[in-house]
This record gives sequence, C-alpha cells and structure tokens, in this order.
Amino acid sequence: MQRGELREIRNKLVQYAVLAIFAVLLAFPFYWMVIATFKQNIDLYNVENNPFKFNLPPTLDHLKLLFFDTRYVRWLGNTALVGVLVVAITLAFALPAAYALARLAGRWGQRLGIGIFLTYLIPPTLLFIPLSRVVAILGLQDTIWSVVLVDPSFTIPFSIWLLMGFFKSIPKELEDAAMVDGLTRFGAFVKLVVPISTSGILTVVIFTFTLVTQEFVYALTFISPESQQMVGVGIPIFLVRGDVYFWGSLMAACLITSLPIALLYNMFLDRFIAGFTVGAIK
Amino acid sequence: MAVEDRRVGLFMFLPAVTFIVLLIGLPLALAIMYAFSDARIGSTSFHYVGLENFRSILQSPSFRDALRNSVVFTVAAQIIVIVASTILSIALAAPFHGRRFVRYLILLPWVAPISLGAIGWKWILDSIYSVITWVLVWAHVFKPYSAPMWLGEPKLAMASVILVHCWRLIPFSTVIMLAGRSAIPKEIPEAAAIDGAGFWRTEFLINVPMMLPIINVAVLFGTIFTFTDMTVVYILTAGGPFDSTQTLPNLAFSTGIQGSDLAAGAAISLFLVPVLILIAYFMLRAAHRAEVT
Repeated sequence: MQRGELREIRNKLVQYAVLAIFAVLLAFPFYWMVIATFKQNIDLYNVENNPFKFNLPPTLDHLKLLFFDTRYVRWLGNTALVGVLVVAITLAFALPAAYALARLAGRWGQRLGIGIFLTYLIPPTLLFIPLSRVVAILGLQDTIWSVVLVDPSFTIPFSIWLLMGFFKSIPKELEDAAMVDGLTRFGAFVKLVVPISTSGILTVVIFTFTLVTQEFVYALTFISPESQQMVGVGIPIFLVRGDVYFWGSLMAACLITSLPIALLYNMFLDRFIAGFTVGAIK
Repeated sequence: MAVEDRRVGLFMFLPAVTFIVLLIGLPLALAIMYAFSDARIGSTSFHYVGLENFRSILQSPSFRDALRNSVVFTVAAQIIVIVASTILSIALAAPFHGRRFVRYLILLPWVAPISLGAIGWKWILDSIYSVITWVLVWAHVFKPYSAPMWLGEPKLAMASVILVHCWRLIPFSTVIMLAGRSAIPKEIPEAAAIDGAGFWRTEFLINVPMMLPIINVAVLFGTIFTFTDMTVVYILTAGGPFDSTQTLPNLAFSTGIQGSDLAAGAAISLFLVPVLILIAYFMLRAAHRAEVT
C-alpha cells in the first residue's frame, strides 16, 4: 500500500516536471515578446544587462510607435476585411457542397469528400508561381483582393470536409418531414438544415478566419505596397526599416496579434483535429 | 424523387468544384507547363523548351543544397516531434489542476501565426542580443562576444530551423495523439494494470501500438507542413548563410518571384510533388482501412 502511494507521488512529480519543461519551452517566445514590448531601448540593447529583468522602468514607447507611426492598425483592418470576405465566400461555396456530398451523392459522397479533402494538401508553395500570373492578369496584384480570391482555395476544401461530417450527424427524418410538408430539397436545406447547423458553421467561420490571419506565402507573393499588407506579412517584413529591426515594436505587434488569434483557434481546436484525423479514430 | 435529388445535388456541388478546379487544378497545370517553358515575369514570350529548366537547376549547387536540406529538415523534425509529443501527450492525458491553462500555453506555437512566431525566434537567436547567448555567457560556457551566431553559421542555422519547425509542430502532433489516446477503450490498459503490467509495458506494448494509425496521421501532416513550408526559413535565414538552410519552397520563391524566372521557379517547386503524391497515397490507404473495418 505504502509502496503504491510512493509510486503515485513519484508519477505525479514526473508528470508535472514534463509538463513544466514543455510549457516553458513552447511558450517562451511569447513570454520573451512581453519582455521586449515594455523594455526601454537602452535596456533592451545592452548586452551587459540581465535580459530577464527590467533594469530601467518599463515603457509604452514601443506600443506608441507601433500604433501611431507604423501602418499596423491599417494592416489589422485589411486582415479583418479579408477575413470576413473569405469567410463569406467559403460558407457560400462549402455549405451547399458539403450538404450535397453528405446527403445527395449516395456512396460516392464519402469518396468525393476525401478527394476534396486531399486538395487541401496541395501547398501554396506549389501554386504561388502560376497564381501570381493569374492574379496579375486579373489586375488584382498589390491589392487585398488578390488574397480574397485565392485564400478560399485552401479554406473551402477543409470546410467542406468538416461540414460533411456535421451534416451526416443530423437525422435525415427532419428534412424528409419538411419535404412532405411541401418544402423543396433546396428549401429544406436553406430553411431547416442551415439554421440548426450553427455550431458547425461557427467552427468553419473560426477556422477560416484564423487560417486567413496565419497565411503568409500568398500575401507575400501578391502584395508589395506597405499600405495593402496583411498583418502576417506586414509585421515581419515592413516593421524592419532597411536593416534596422525595431525589436520592441516588432515583438509588441507579434504579441498583440498572436494572443487573440490563438485564443480563438484554441477554443475550436478539438473540432479541427477531428477533421484532420480523417478516419483513423472511430 | 431520386433523380430530382441528384440534380439538386449537382447544382449545389458544382460551384465549389468549379472554384477548386480554377484555383487549384488550373494553377497546378500551369505550374507544370511553366516548368517546360521560358516564362519570365515582365515578358510575354512563352516557348516550350523541353527539359532545359530541369537540366539547369539540377546543375545548380543551390538546388542540390535545397533538395538535401528539405529532406533533412523534414526527417529530423518528424523524429523529434514524434518522440516529444508522445511524451507530452502522456503527461497531458492524466487530469491535473490548471490543465486548461497549461494546454493553452503548450498550444500557442501552433495556434499563433507562424510568421510571427518565427520573428519571435529571430529575436531570441539574434546575433548580438540573443538571450541564449546571454545565459551561456553568464554560465561561463562562452566568453563575452565570442559566443556563436545561431543563425550565422551553417550547422547552427540548420539546427535553428529544425528547432523552430519542431517548436511549431509539437503542439499539433500532441493534440492529435491526445485524441487518439482518448479513443482507446479504458478497460484495456486497466486490465493490463491488473495483470501486473507497469507503466512502460502498458505504454509501449498496449497504448502506443493501438495509437499507430493516429501517429501515422500526425507524421503525414507533419511531413507536409515541414516539407512544403517556406515561412520559417524565409523569416529566420532566407536560406542563408551560403544556402546552408536553403529549401525547395524558399528557392522556388527567390528564383521564380524575386528573380523573375517563373519557369525555373515552377520547375523547382515541382520537386515537391513526388512527396505529396506519396503522402496522399498513405492518407487514402488509411481512409480506406477505416472504411473497411
């Protein structure tokens, strides 16, 4: 009995130690952003100073610079606008397609669904060269409309996959009853299925929005003017003037942008993971 | 009724398929066409040149470095990630106080935008103000001003890129494994414990083998995310020093977009395709197996 207790205590200690080590290693860059955000430059850029503590009083200068002397706020606005538009486009295409695959395609639905899911695996780094020509020919280069057009190409496939699973869990009898009462199939989809699918739709909204904020390659390729940037590119590329890194403001921008996105994504993560694991878990 | 359903289904399915064909299928076909042409930015000339692009990139040392590094980064990162996330998922599986908060901290690298995480690392690995350097000097491992430059020396730069990839993927892989672990029926490890199996035997003879399909999924996604990623390398080192951290996606970008040579850039990025096909094959096999059983 006593040996068992001892072993339990030892197991707990090992568990906490492992968790503590990983939590520190994984979260450290964000902690380090907090420190840099509030440190005065002469403190930040002195290798003699202990970097872990504030050798001089904290300052808000980096935040002021970020909000008033850079295009950061503009980038946030651009990103929010693109995010909303891409969410709308994604829902408009993915909702009907997912319903069609879940209900109307018979046994082909699942196979087509997997086929669509696989297109999600084709990476931007394979498509950005031809797409840069397509974007230029359409006259969308250097505007946020280029990413509004292209980003749905990776949000739609995964959203169809997520929504398909969701629609399958709704009992068929609901629509059958509505259709007996005179609704068409499409009418039943719009008036009945969509309204009761809010939780699935919300998952897609959050997933799409966070994916848009995380996207880097397309925005970097298609957009060069500073004022048209998305946050993901604007911060790492345009907060550097020549070779001078404004580390304080840079870290502040990373921190302020990352934490809310991370919080949002984190709340819905388990559902995305359920989509990722395809059929490997029952 | 069924015919009517099929027609409505087609009508609801076609817009999405058209979008996917136009924005994924068509560019993919264009990428292949470009790779056999002389397309450049700012020029309308477009001729078939056969294997010319492939011949010239295969002779370039940058390309050979990029191909080798892409493979090295991907394999090294997957090995580290699988080991680390197996350990971490075991520790996270048992309930404890403050689990939600710890989970948020651990997941940060995956859920925050990677371009911002990478720039955070660039500050941590800075040539002068690196905190790692400061700690090592403080611990007398190095004398002041003689510590190595993490991103400035080929071997260390490679290690740094691998480190950042692992940092980003460990949370993702851990959550996938947690999902797999929670799907194991509780009775099985419990029965093993009653039969006298200790922690190691329960883990490695029961839990890990039962989780193999899910570990498989984590590796497949991790491979794609590392092999096709250009953000980490572009921000940390831009492929330097001397192409020592060059990768296929980053070389395709610097050749095709920054260097205006669309044809060569497209040819370089096509070298991603064999790996993607392999991954797709394994995914389909996994999905098929799940459908059958």
